[in-house]
Amino acid sequence: MTNIVEVENLRVKIPVSAGMLNPVRGLTFEIKKGETLCVVGESGSGKSLSAFSLMKLLPKIADISADKMQFMGRDILKMSPSELQNMRGNRMAMIFQEPMTALNPSYTIGNQLVEVLRRHQNVSVKEATERAIYLLEKVGITAAASRLSQYPHQLSGGLRQRVVIAMALMCGPDLIIADEPTTALDVTIQAQILHLLKELQEEFEMAILLITHDLGVVARMADRVAVMYAGEFVETGTAEQVFKQPVHPYTQGLLSCIPVPGKTARGSRLGSIPGIVPSLIGDMRGCAFRSRCPHANGACHNNVPLEKWSDDHFKRCVLDDTALTSIAKEAIA
Amino acid sequence: MTHSDTPVLELNGIKKTFMISQGLMKGTKPLYALNDISVQLNKGEVLGIVGESGCGKSTLAKILLGLMEPTSGEVLIDGQSLKGHKQLDISRRVQPIFQDPYSSLNPRKRIGDIISLPLRVHGIGDPAEHERKVIEILDLVGLPKRVLNNYPNQMSGGQRQRVAIARALIMKPEIVICDEPTSALDVSVQSQILNLLMDLKDELQLTYLFISHDLSVVEHLADRVIVMYLGRICEQAPPDRIFDEPRHPYTEALLGSVLTPEPGQGVPDTNLGASYPNPINPPSGCRFHPRCAKAMDICKSNAPMLQQINRSKVECHLYE
Repeated sequence: MTNIVEVENLRVKIPVSAGMLNPVRGLTFEIKKGETLCVVGESGSGKSLSAFSLMKLLPKIADISADKMQFMGRDILKMSPSELQNMRGNRMAMIFQEPMTALNPSYTIGNQLVEVLRRHQNVSVKEATERAIYLLEKVGITAAASRLSQYPHQLSGGLRQRVVIAMALMCGPDLIIADEPTTALDVTIQAQILHLLKELQEEFEMAILLITHDLGVVARMADRVAVMYAGEFVETGTAEQVFKQPVHPYTQGLLSCIPVPGKTARGSRLGSIPGIVPSLIGDMRGCAFRSRCPHANGACHNNVPLEKWSDDHFKRCVLDDTALTSIAKEAIA
Repeated sequence: MTHSDTPVLELNGIKKTFMISQGLMKGTKPLYALNDISVQLNKGEVLGIVGESGCGKSTLAKILLGLMEPTSGEVLIDGQSLKGHKQLDISRRVQPIFQDPYSSLNPRKRIGDIISLPLRVHGIGDPAEHERKVIEILDLVGLPKRVLNNYPNQMSGGQRQRVAIARALIMKPEIVICDEPTSALDVSVQSQILNLLMDLKDELQLTYLFISHDLSVVEHLADRVIVMYLGRICEQAPPDRIFDEPRHPYTEALLGSVLTPEPGQGVPDTNLGASYPNPINPPSGCRFHPRCAKAMDICKSNAPMLQQINRSKVECHLYE
C-alpha cells in the first residue's frame, strides 16, 4: 500500500524563558492509504504538537525540523503558504476536540460547509450545497436540508461533532487528523461518532491519524498504535501487539491504570505510575521514562533507540529480550 | 467492602423543575430536571450514578449539597429532614469534590488557605490548630508539607485534585459527593486518585455518592449503581447485576458503548438513534421509547412502573 504520510526524525523546538523546550523529539512514522494510526499518550507528551506540525499550523516561534516530512510525496516543509493552504482542509482535514470552538458561532452550518468546498475547489454554490446535504445525511443528521440554515448553538454536542466531521469530508481528503474527537462527548455519542468515522473511512478510503489519551478508543479504532511519552514514541506496533503483548514498561503501566469490566477485580487497587513527567527543557539524555520506571538501571542513562521487537513491533527500552519477555508476561498475568 | 444497611442519606420523591424562558414575551415552560427520584444511601457505601449529560446527575448532587432546593420531596440525613437547616449545617456533613481541579480552586489563594477555609467558615479552632489540621490532612492525601504556601498554578492536575479532596475532608464529613472527580485527569493520575479515594473511604468510614460518565470506573468502585435517564432512575442494582445482566434497554446501550482496551473488537453500533430528546418536551409514555430498540406500543402511551427483580429495580414495560 502507498504511504500517504512519511515522516522521519520530526523535531519541534520552542524557545521559552527557561531555555529551549523540546516537546517533540525525533518522531519517525508513516501512514498508509486507508489506515488508522493512533497516537496515544498523556497530556504534555507532544501528541497534539506533532499533529499540528504535520499541518504546519504552529506559530512561527516554534521551530519544526525533520529529515523528511512528506504528504502524498510532496515535502511539507518546502511548501509555500498558498500550497499549504491548498493542502489543509482540502487533502488533509482536521477534526478538533471541542466542536463548539471549531465552528464559527455567527455563521450558519450551511454557510460554513459550503465555504470549505468553494474555498478549495471550483464549484458552484448549488453543487456545494448539494454535497453538504449529502454529507450531513452521511454523518447521520436527519432533515439535513433544513439544518443548513441553523447556527451551531442550535445543535447538541453530538450533532455539532457530526457537522465538524461532515466539514472535514467536504473536499474528500486523503488524510483526516482527529485530535481527541470524542473526548467532550458522552459515551453513547462517542461510540456512535467513532463507528461513523470507521464507516466513512472505509467508504472514502481515507487515512486517519487519531490522537487520544483514551486507551479504549485506541484499541477499538487503531490499525497501528504509537505510544508517546515525553516527545518520543516508546512503543509502536499493531493494536493487537501493543495491547496484547505490551513490551515497554510505560505501556504496561498505562494499561494497568484503567479498570476493565470483567477483568479487573471490583474494588481492587489499580496500578499506577509513580512520579511525574520530566521537564522537556534543554538537552535530554537517556530514557525519559527512567525516573518512573520500576525496571530502570544504569544503562537507561544512555540514549535509547527505537528497536525492533518482533514484526512491526518496536520498543524504546534498554532491557534485553529475556528481561522484557519476563516483565511482559508479568504484565499480562 | 463493608457497609451497613442504615441509610445515612435518603431522598424521597425529589422533583426539581426549572422554568425555562422561551424567548421574549413567550413565557416560560417547565423543564423537569429530576422527576420523582427516591434513593437511599447507606453508611459506608459507594453509590455510583451514571447517565448521559442532561440526565440530572449534577442537579441531584447540588440538591444533596444543599446548594439548591428541590421543588418537592425531601432529603433526609440520618432520618432528619434538611428542610429548614442552614447550608452551614449541611456542609459539615456533606462535602463535594468537583470535576475540574483547575477551576474549583481559587488561583489567588495559597494551598494552606484553600484547605483551611472550611474550618474558618465554620469558626472551628484557632490559626495554630488550623495549620496542624491542614498538615495532618495533607499527609493523608499524599501531599508534602512544603506545598502549604504554593498557589494552585504551581501544581499538577493530580496534585490539585488532592488539594480539593483535602479541602472536602478537613471538616470530617460523613458523605462525600464526587462529581466526575477524575474525568479531567490523565489515566495514570486517575488511578492514583481513585486508589486514594478508596483508601480514605476505609480509613475515615466515608460514604460516597460517585457521579461519573465512565462506566468502567463506576463498576470498579461502586457497591450499587443507579442509571439515570431524563430525570428518572431507569435501573438500580449492584454492579455485578448491572454489568453482567443489564435489564433496562438503556443500561444495555450504555454498556455497549463502553470501549474496553481490547483490540480487534471494533466499535459497537449502539442503535440509540442520533439525538437525546429535548428535556423541555420529553417524549410521552416511557421517556426512552424513541431511542429504544425494544420499544412496544404501550411504551408510547404509558409510563412504566418500578419493578423489583431479584436485586435489580427496573422501570421498563418489558418486565411488567
